[in-house]
Formats: sequence, structure tokens, C-alpha cells
Amino acid sequence: MTYLFKWQSVAIVVFFMGIVTASAQQSKKNIPNQEFELELETEYRYFFENPQFSGQLDHYPSIAFRPDYSIEWNKGYESINFTGFFRIDRDDERTHWDIRELYYQKAKGNWELSVGLKKVYWGVAESNHLVDIINQTDAVETFDGEEKLGQPMAQFSYITSKIGTFDFFYLPFHRKRTFTGEKGRLRFGTVINQDDIGYESDAEELRQDFALRWKHYFGIFDVGLSHFYGTGREPLFQFDELGNINSFYPVINQTGIDVQITHDAFLWKFESIYRNADAQDFVALVAGLEYTFSNIDGNGLDIGLLGEYLYDERDELSLNALQNDFFFGSRLAFNDIQDTSILIGGITDLESSSKIFSLEASRRFGSNWRAEIETRIFSSIADDELILGNFREDSFLRFTISRFF
Amino acid sequence: MKRINFFTSIIATILLVSVTNAQSNEERGLQIAKAAEKADEGFGSSIVELQMTLKNKNGQTSERFLTTRTLELTADGDKSMIVFESPKDVKGTATLTFTHKVGADDQWLYLPSIKRVKRISSNNKSGPFVGSEFAYEDLSSQEVEKYAYKFLKEEGDFLLVEQDPVDPKSGYTRRIVTYNKNKGYRLEKVEFYDRKNALLKTLSYSDYKRYKNKFWRAGTFTMVNHQSNKETVLKFGEYNFGAELAEEDFTEVALKRAGS
Repeated sequence: MTYLFKWQSVAIVVFFMGIVTASAQQSKKNIPNQEFELELETEYRYFFENPQFSGQLDHYPSIAFRPDYSIEWNKGYESINFTGFFRIDRDDERTHWDIRELYYQKAKGNWELSVGLKKVYWGVAESNHLVDIINQTDAVETFDGEEKLGQPMAQFSYITSKIGTFDFFYLPFHRKRTFTGEKGRLRFGTVINQDDIGYESDAEELRQDFALRWKHYFGIFDVGLSHFYGTGREPLFQFDELGNINSFYPVINQTGIDVQITHDAFLWKFESIYRNADAQDFVALVAGLEYTFSNIDGNGLDIGLLGEYLYDERDELSLNALQNDFFFGSRLAFNDIQDTSILIGGITDLESSSKIFSLEASRRFGSNWRAEIETRIFSSIADDELILGNFREDSFLRFTISRFF
Repeated sequence: MKRINFFTSIIATILLVSVTNAQSNEERGLQIAKAAEKADEGFGSSIVELQMTLKNKNGQTSERFLTTRTLELTADGDKSMIVFESPKDVKGTATLTFTHKVGADDQWLYLPSIKRVKRISSNNKSGPFVGSEFAYEDLSSQEVEKYAYKFLKEEGDFLLVEQDPVDPKSGYTRRIVTYNKNKGYRLEKVEFYDRKNALLKTLSYSDYKRYKNKFWRAGTFTMVNHQSNKETVLKFGEYNFGAELAEEDFTEVALKRAGS
């Protein structure tokens, strides 16, 4: 609870700093532009196999709120942006709230500064996001790990026309990954309490971390190079002879590269990281391509084909269980008034029988409603899968309806 | 010998005249396109908000709001950024396009929910833009180099020019464009012929307004699809030519900022 209190106060200070700056500017610049939106999402998750661990359930109705507020002034070159999040679920750990973003931003000429809680995405691949390291994963939210927690930061971007963009990050506070509670699915046999995972650094969550990224494009090439030095986002799990888990967040140096070549309808993608810590030292990569047959029926139907190879030098201890796997998928975009789209895919382990199949589809109804269907099927999970073995009974169907206000 | 020479010279003259005519039709077409480009030169940059209304064949409508920023460049094609304000589930989705006079355009897409910028292929020219009757190529910057021209006829102030897209990926065999020579060569109408050379769509420009005593901007674009009977109307707000946008306003950093 003390941790929570600390970062809450950081957020509140940032917020009030912003308000003061806003009102100071308001008097001399043109009228600020304010916007408020709210997404109200109802969700139903159904796990169709009997649970593997005691306490787990089959049906999870849930509701989530996503308020969004922004105020812009100085022709949009200064702003304060807020995105909140709150979910109620049958799993107590999935019932949680977060400030996804609350930051002040100022842009002038060839630089931009952001201070506060923010989300930043790096990378090009679809099946695994290796180089993306700034934000902690909100792991209770989605299986694909694409939901992130707001990260306190100061970000300074420097833009040059000839040698690309440089991003400097100061990250004063570490946020712990969320983990499913006892009643939740997609967890290990032992329930992990996020507060039980410690830190390698004596400064704990207050270790002052840094990151740097360079991004540029040359014709059909988009290239990014990044380095992160600080407390990692992935906890390390070490098992003793008695089966007890010792887990902590290590201090890491991680260098990443991401490249995309966009040639006609081909997107060639490559991401790789090298992570170094006292307790681990490894390379991981994802490489693949996306090809789109566009407007094939003359009515706008696009069919994209995706294939990516995933490699991780760590053994089965890698949290994402993608050591030597192949991802294949197809994306259907109808480009209709309702923005209907379907993504089907699968990941297959090249060394064992383990496979995960997925389907995600979404469509807008009217102008303020959106429905989504997602399913993940864990198939023929090999007996020796240390991580995935816990999820073998957790195939699920998820259905959401969102209303936007 | 003299007779033969006489006939030869007549034939030669006829040939010459017809060749000159053919050339002049193509040259005149190109000249008109260049004159139109010249008439619009020097606007610098602009910001405009627009409302897009999609109408299906039963008359049901659906609306979306967008903001478009454009930066004029002369050495290469213009840069532009489109940001969606509504529907609310896609609010903040934005595209950044660097048009090139020759070769494929560069294009990036910003997805606000995961804060991701993705370089996308500009290969899909003929596909519909967000379910509308406008194809991507209809909305991209109209660089002179992207077409071959043929002047067709003059009707009062109106000049009709056939334009054949250079890019084989275009969805059209040709477009027939009506220029208004007395109003800065502004466009009045474009007729689009599909790959089978059948009339596909007609785009009409109306509610013109002249900015800075020079630049004509239509307040309404009406695109009618004759084959599907669907229609898309764009209603533009007041153009802002005074924002003095620069290259820095058309970068990935600016794209993320605009979509946030």
C-alpha cells in the first residue's frame, strides 16, 4: 500500500504542476481546447475447460471504465492529457485501477517534452514486443500483454531532419507487474502476489532509471536503436529444491534494435534485444513479414498474411514461453463503415507439440458502440512446458461491448 | 515527279498537322495541369476540419470528423497529416503521408490505444478510405507528375482534360477533369473510369471560397458512385492558412502528439 501511495502522490504533484502551468498560459494564449470522453466496457470471459487449480472459476463477467480528458492550448503545442482505468472483476487482483496517462506536454520547433505518467511504444513486430520496455505490462488485463501501466517519466524528444529523432527518458519510479489472483485463470499453481516480488536494487522502486532511443527512416527503411538501463519490467523466477520460488526484479542493461522494410505490399520486420544482468544474459529476436492483398473484391477487403519466427536464448524460464516458435496469422480488414476486422493466428512451438490459436474480431455499431470477440485456444501443451503448462486448461472466449460517451 | 512531290508535300503537311494537333492536345493538357498547380503555389501550409458523411444506397448515413494539415513543398510532393476526431472508438487514429512526385509515397499510421506508430504500405491506392467512396488515391496530394494528360475540349470557362494515372496500381484507367480557367484553374468536376473503362464515380466541387485573394478551396466535395449508388460528402470548415506549419509538424513525434 505504501508503494501505491508513493506513486499516487507523484501523479498528484504532476497533475497540479500541470494545472498551474495551464492557467498561467491560458490568460495570454488563445482559448484552450478541452475534450472529455468515457468508454464504458462490459466484458464476459468464459473458460470452457475445468480449472487446473483450486479456487479458479469458469465465468468472469466484468466491467471497465476508461475516462479520457485533455486540454490543449498554444495552438496545440502545449497540453495536459489524462487517461484513467478502472475494472471490476470476480478475480480480486483483476479488480484494479490505474492512471494510464497524466502528463504535461510542450512542443517547440524541433523538440518536445513530456512530464508525468505516460505510455510509450517501441517496435515493429506483431507476435512479440521485445524492444518495447518503457511501460510495465498490466498482465491481468489481456493475454497478449499489450495493456500497459502508466509509467512516471520525463521524456525529451529531439528531432533532426538529417539524422533522425532522439528520445531521452528519465524514469524515476518502477511499477510492478500485475498478476492474477487466486480466483483468476491464466496463473501459475502458486498464486503470485505482486508485492512479494522484491528488487535487486536497494533503492527498490525508487531506483532512478534511464533510456535512450534513436529512430530514423531512409527511403523504405525504418530503423530504431534503443538502450535501457534500470530495473527490468520482467521479474526473474528462481526455484529452489523445495519448489519454493524466489522472485525479484533485476537491474538490467538492454539494447534493442528494430527494423522495418516497407516494399510494395511487403512489410519485412526484425526486432532483437540483448539483455544483461547479474543473474541473466541473453539474446532474443523476432523476424518476419506481413503481406497484404488489398482491395481484392473491389469493395475494400484487405487480406494480410503474417509470419514471424521467435527466438529466445533463455530456456523455458522466459516468461512469455516463446523460445523457438513460429507465429502465423491472417488479418482481414473489410474497410467498411463499421471498420470490421478479424485477426486469426497461431503460435506453434518448433520443438514440442505446444500450440496457441487465437481469433480477434471487432466491429462498430452505430457511431458509439463497438463489439469485440477474442478467443485463445491452448492446444497439445507439452508436459514439460514450465510456464505454458499452467495454462493448458485456460482456453477461453471473451466478448466485450463498449459504449463511448 | 512534280506531281509526286506535290502529293508528298500534301501528305506530309496532313501528317504534320495531325501530329502537331496530337502533341498540342497532350501539351495543352499538361499546360493546364501545370497552370492549376502554379495558381495554387505559395499557400505554405493549411489546417482544415472536415465532416465526412457516408450515405448508402438506402439513404442511411454515417458521419466522421477529421482534421487535415498540409505542408506545401516544391522540390518534392506535399506532406500531410489526417487525424480522426470521430467515431469515438477510433478517435486519435492518424496518418502521416509524404507524397513523392515520382515513386511510392511514404505513410505512417498512429494507433492511439497502444500508442503505436506503424509504417504502412502505400500500395493500396484503389481501396476505400474508411469505408467511404473516396479511394486513398483520390485524397492524396495531386502532383502533376502522377498523370499523363490529354486536352479534350473547351466549354466556355471550362477546360476538360483527360488524365491517365502513371501508376499501374491505380484503380482507374482515366479521369476526366474539368478546370475553371477564369477561377484560378480550380477543379469543378472529376469523372473516374474504372479498370474496365466504365464510368465509376463523379466528384463535384461546390461552395468555393477564395482565400488570401488567390487560393480557391471548395467547401463541399460530393462523390457519387454510379455503380453502387453510394455517396460520400465532405464538408470543409474554414481553412487556416496562418498556422505557419513547418517540417517539424510532420514527423512521427508530431503524429503521436496530434493523436493524443
